[in-house]
Amino acid sequence: MNWDLVGIWLGAVLTLMLYSFLYRDNPFYKFAEHLFVGMSAGYWLIYTIFNVLIPNFWNELTGAGDGTPDLLMVIPGIFGLFMLARLVPKIAGLSRLALSMIVGTGAGLGLISTLQTNCLSQVEGTIVPLSGVGTAGFLNNLILVAGVVCGLVYFFFSKAHKGAVGAAANIGITVLMIAFGASFGYTVMARISLLIGQAQFLIFDWLPTFSIIFGAGG
Amino acid sequence: MRKLLEKLDRVDRRVIYVLMALSVFVPLVFRLDFPIPVGGGPSRDLFEYVDSLPPGSTVLISYDYDPSTMPELQPMAVALTQHLFTNGHRIIATALWPQGASLSQEVLSSVGDSLGRTQYSDWVNLGYTVGAGVSVLRMGSSMQAVYPQDRDGVPYDSIPMLRRVTVIRDLDMIVCLSAGDPGIHAWVMMAGDRYGVPVGGGCTAVSAPEFYPYLGTGQMIGLLGGLKGAADYETLVREGAVGCPPGTATPGMAAQSIAHLVIMGFIVLGNITYLSVGKGRKGASR
Repeated sequence: MNWDLVGIWLGAVLTLMLYSFLYRDNPFYKFAEHLFVGMSAGYWLIYTIFNVLIPNFWNELTGAGDGTPDLLMVIPGIFGLFMLARLVPKIAGLSRLALSMIVGTGAGLGLISTLQTNCLSQVEGTIVPLSGVGTAGFLNNLILVAGVVCGLVYFFFSKAHKGAVGAAANIGITVLMIAFGASFGYTVMARISLLIGQAQFLIFDWLPTFSIIFGAGG
Repeated sequence: MRKLLEKLDRVDRRVIYVLMALSVFVPLVFRLDFPIPVGGGPSRDLFEYVDSLPPGSTVLISYDYDPSTMPELQPMAVALTQHLFTNGHRIIATALWPQGASLSQEVLSSVGDSLGRTQYSDWVNLGYTVGAGVSVLRMGSSMQAVYPQDRDGVPYDSIPMLRRVTVIRDLDMIVCLSAGDPGIHAWVMMAGDRYGVPVGGGCTAVSAPEFYPYLGTGQMIGLLGGLKGAADYETLVREGAVGCPPGTATPGMAAQSIAHLVIMGFIVLGNITYLSVGKGRKGASR
């Protein structure tokens, strides 16, 4: 049995079943959809057990890796069990302990880095010179600074958007619309890319298998 | 004319699907080849930075994606790996997404075999790790603590090419191929801004706009955005290397361009019919 061939045919048939929804809802689409959901759930459960829980928790706790059991791993183990307490309404509150630890650790580790990377560095990036950079540089920097300032003015709601503030807010919303347009264009490109990927699979991987299967005897 | 516009206004959406399918399948079947001019931009910046690395540099590639975004990101991984190996660099593969570990193995073994590069001397796959940004942060104090062994269970300290890489600062460059979170944000935040390691990236087209601010501030050295970014890199790699096999992104660009033209046509047509027929309908209802 050529398992590569089986895999290609399964992939192709399921792809066609899913695309059949574009014509209208039908049992083939439903079958492929349910199969995907069920397979994904099963796959992720097994993957998490063997690639996350066993190497990072069980092997460390029992010393299966380096021969030294790490009993401190009992603590994250208990917190992990607390997360499952949500399934039992009487002790569901225990899960908050685990959640608070996750949120606290995440906030503590991420606060400074996020502020530095996504705020301070970006502010620094908009402090640009308007002289000594040539005409193109001047225009580029002016658009950057004016776009950022006007975009921020649009989100300033403590003053009515009239007069100069209104004009700046209008420029701001125009800049935002251009950004949304660019984002939409990229989204279209991404979706078409995925269609191209499946089309390449059907044309270059699946169609040649016809000659292997049906041409073998001829 | 008005009747035609009214017909277009009521066109079955399945007609649009068929035209979209034709615009993608026909260029692929007939192998149409459109030129891909690569100007100065984030794709070229990444390529030139890799070109400027001294031979024997160690580059970490993080495969932070899964099969659902393979059409966009796998061609980038292949072209980047070809470029790095051709220039005599070593690659350490990691993954913040579980399935990235298998995808990286596929790329490294196939490209490595074709260029005569060997596992543990020229490349190593450390596999998947949990913790996202926290794990990247920990690599700052010890790479071995995050990856005690590689994907195949070989201990970190017994792998020859890893002897000079003890912390993240020992890396010459990091490239994150990202389909979402965790991905580029984590590497820029922890590896780039905190430890000063140059970070480049490749991402799906959907997420490309959110990383452009990092290019403006110099927090990223270059970015490959979607299939176009992958095709740019393939073109640049093929320009500099004789006999380099073609990738899958470049042939897809003809289909991409024609599909975009069809979509633009529908947007224009939809607006024309809306403004003429839709306005008339609005007037009639008054």
